Amino acid sequence: MVIEQKNTKEYIFSLLEEVCDPEIPVLSILDLGIVRRVDLLENQLEIDITPTYTGCPAMSLIEATIKAHLEQMTQKTVIIKTVLSPAWTTDWISESGKIKLKEYGIAAPQNQARIQNILFQKEQVACPRCESLNTVLVAEFGSTACKSLYKCSDCLEPFDYFKCH
Amino acid sequence: MASKQSLIDSILILADSSLILAQRLGEWCGHGPVLEQDMAMTNIALDYIGRSRLLYQYAAQLQGEGKSEDDLAFLRDVGEYKNLLLVEQENGHFGHTVIRQFFLEAFQFPFYDALQNSQDQTLKEIASKTIKETAYHLKWSTEWVIRLGDGTEESHQKIKTAITDLVPFTGELTQAVSCEKELIDQNIFPDYDEIKRKMDALINTAFKQAGLELPTQVYMHQGGKKGLHSELLGYILSDMQFLQRAYPGLEW
Repeated sequence: MVIEQKNTKEYIFSLLEEVCDPEIPVLSILDLGIVRRVDLLENQLEIDITPTYTGCPAMSLIEATIKAHLEQMTQKTVIIKTVLSPAWTTDWISESGKIKLKEYGIAAPQNQARIQNILFQKEQVACPRCESLNTVLVAEFGSTACKSLYKCSDCLEPFDYFKCH
Repeated sequence: MASKQSLIDSILILADSSLILAQRLGEWCGHGPVLEQDMAMTNIALDYIGRSRLLYQYAAQLQGEGKSEDDLAFLRDVGEYKNLLLVEQENGHFGHTVIRQFFLEAFQFPFYDALQNSQDQTLKEIASKTIKETAYHLKWSTEWVIRLGDGTEESHQKIKTAITDLVPFTGELTQAVSCEKELIDQNIFPDYDEIKRKMDALINTAFKQAGLELPTQVYMHQGGKKGLHSELLGYILSDMQFLQRAYPGLEW
């Protein structure tokens, strides 16, 4: 009975939910939207993931973590394939992921990730602590590739913004 | 079909240009004029390393000789590198770095945008990942061109010097060499005349806002795409490839 339950996609997804982004540990890889396909075979598990940023140093760690965790829990051989297309976008971050980001002190991406928005839109980002819209961009490139640095002019706290991508 | 060798050579032009620029930008690490810009330049460098990895992986796969991305990056010598002359130019002062970046992005933004319609599936996928990062790089470099050009007398003078120094390396960007021409004919690469038109528009718009002018009648250097480099590249490679040359096969 236990074995049957373990052999379901639901179970695999519950395990994937336990794998976190090493740089933003409140987000699971499912919240991030980087798991693109799961194929459950008799002795093998095939998983497609897509990189967030091309140079993101966390990707190889995420891959190794998925493999180790799933192989231990399912006793199956886990094969991970990296797919580039369709390209990952912040539009795929789940709603619960956005809430978790805010609680963690990171403003969630708020617009649709479109090239024209990136180039021409001045974003009004709300402070994740006091909700004020009175914030200023300090630096377009922040502590990691996916974030830029803002400061709240009301509560004076600096904060990260997960930029639209 | 374009020959496999032309495809590999054209991919190496892109990959080598990305990696060498990343190496140059990385030299700023810990030396940026302010912390935020130090981080910006190294962040951009990271994007470029990621991009070069995707391109090297594809080139190695096409070669089918069992080589890895690392073999291509670390075990080829100066004459085999096909990067643009522009990216091997020294960081100089911050204005030089900004202008070098801006000229390159002004080319790359329309280039990778158009490459999303390539007849080659892998290049199409790489372009669709790259274009968003390129948009952020273009935005960063454009803003700095305007800020320095329209800034103080000193910043204006410095960026003007940088333009004079680096314009001679921009002709090569849109001058297709034979391997690229083959790809353009097959709709794998976009038409460079069209890219040049868009590139000039991006440059003119930013320069107008910055109060700067693009010099005309400039002698344009060429050769990078064919492996003819200035002596600068040798120094970059000796630094970048040292570990693999001294300790072959060393892994992280």
